[in-house]
Amino acid sequence: MIQPLTMPEQGYTLTPKEDAIETQMLEVSMGPHHPSTHGVFRMDVVLDGEEVRRLKPVLGYLHRNHEQLAEKMNWLGSIPFTDRLDYFCSMTNNWAYCLAVEQLAGIKVPERAEYIRVIMAELTRLQNHSCQAGFLLSDTGAWGTPLLYAFREREKILDLFEAASGARMMCNYMRFGGVRADVDDDWLAAARKVVENYPCFIDELEALITGNEILLARTQKIGILPRELAINASITGPMLRASGVDYDIRKVDRYGIYGRLDFRVPLGEVGDVYDRYYVRILEMRESVKILQQALRDIPEGPSDAGVKMRNFKVPVGDGYGRIEGPKGELGFYLVSDGSTRPYRYHVRAPSFINLTILEDMCVGHKLADAMVILGSVDIVLGEVDR
Amino acid sequence: METVDQIKDRIEAALPGVRLAIEGKSLVVDRQHLLDVARFLKTDSELAMDYVSNLCAMDWLPSQIKTRECDREVVRNLPGHLEVVYDFYSTAKKHGPVQLRCRTEGREGTPSLPSITPLFRGAEFQEREAFDLYGIRFEGHPDLRRILMWDGFKDFPMRKDYRPPDDYEWEPTPHDEVLQQTKKHWPAPPPAPVKPA
Repeated sequence: MIQPLTMPEQGYTLTPKEDAIETQMLEVSMGPHHPSTHGVFRMDVVLDGEEVRRLKPVLGYLHRNHEQLAEKMNWLGSIPFTDRLDYFCSMTNNWAYCLAVEQLAGIKVPERAEYIRVIMAELTRLQNHSCQAGFLLSDTGAWGTPLLYAFREREKILDLFEAASGARMMCNYMRFGGVRADVDDDWLAAARKVVENYPCFIDELEALITGNEILLARTQKIGILPRELAINASITGPMLRASGVDYDIRKVDRYGIYGRLDFRVPLGEVGDVYDRYYVRILEMRESVKILQQALRDIPEGPSDAGVKMRNFKVPVGDGYGRIEGPKGELGFYLVSDGSTRPYRYHVRAPSFINLTILEDMCVGHKLADAMVILGSVDIVLGEVDR
Repeated sequence: METVDQIKDRIEAALPGVRLAIEGKSLVVDRQHLLDVARFLKTDSELAMDYVSNLCAMDWLPSQIKTRECDREVVRNLPGHLEVVYDFYSTAKKHGPVQLRCRTEGREGTPSLPSITPLFRGAEFQEREAFDLYGIRFEGHPDLRRILMWDGFKDFPMRKDYRPPDDYEWEPTPHDEVLQQTKKHWPAPPPAPVKPA
């Protein structure tokens, strides 16, 4: 207790200002319908003033037991359900599942199908990363403009998906041993045109937001994820690489034809929100390079290994197949008992596991920054909750 | 990277008392030594498995294996158990995977396994998911709660013998199993008569 100052010459006493006023923590439940939570996601936040002291993610609002659904239907039947995991990137989801089944069943994929798969996966990465940049700006308060610029470009890619697969978002395009429908020369010409124009869009997006003072103030040194924690917490994808870890499954596993393609892996230095944003921008530029090579070299030939889908069976065994999805390592762990259904079907969802360290990144920052940090993790709740 | 046999030999040489079995591409480790083996994989300079990629739980019902030995049929009873598969990779050496398997004793109630979350933070949510859907109690997990299902949920929905309650969806023509289930609670017993005051 501080003694009151007495000032005898003036004849009155001053009560000193006390810094230690009594405060209390405030627990706020954010979501599941908060616009910045990207779906039905809830955060139990304990706040000290505006500062986040504790943050617990609460999941499961979109849980539909995808894994059990897949265990109750045949191997082919769950391909359309994988579209609904990460509904932004249905092509890569298809690919991850087909890759896991192909590894287990020993199916060889023809050359042209591998090229088509790479083209589709990289187009998916382009549209995912550009929309993610737009959403990040939405979270910082630049409502609308960058996101709609990104959606304008995404529309062109979705048109390509629609022309190839018949659906814009739920593509259901890949099959065991190839793809469902071959693409024709017109489609390839249209894809070349989109890819040719894409660097202009990336430049436009960067001119709009990269050097923006508000973006820099809101993202730099915010939500720093140290390198060691990122590895230890199994963080994958652009988040891991923004923390400076050179680990890209396209380079490590060299699945498909990625071993033959020339591209580089962009890395961040600080591991803050800005690095995560900029790593995605650089990844888009590398994706454009990959697409140019793939569209140039795509060979003629069958687009399907001719696997009979009716009564499709997988030999007894188990296997884990993984690819580098736009959000991180997307893996499928499958166990077959030799029947027409998987005995165990497990999805290793990148968004789900990347949320593990959300609390570590947010503690100590303002609540408004927690929104930005969550936006930089790039989650899709269809995949988090499965 | 070394083969599974070499890794097995090195682990058994380094950690006395550990007995590993090889099944396919994976190493089967017992419950008492799971943490030691995981720590060895993480700290060993040649393996440097710093990254647990995938953690998957499985449910195996009790089963019988019938084999013929000479001219008699031999029936072996396999007890049911829950199993967890870990896929370790190395980001430093860019190799992998090393696959570990660990099995619970029985599958009644919530059997326990040691948690690797203190070593690998990446297992935190995945172990919570395995607890939620399969009912494996991970000893040493800092925050083992349900993650996908709601807190008041009683059962473990990914187990192979799980039956969903019949009041989730309207059943137009109840039959067999659903009818048996329904009979237990429908029609509801009449309310107790209220005595006039």
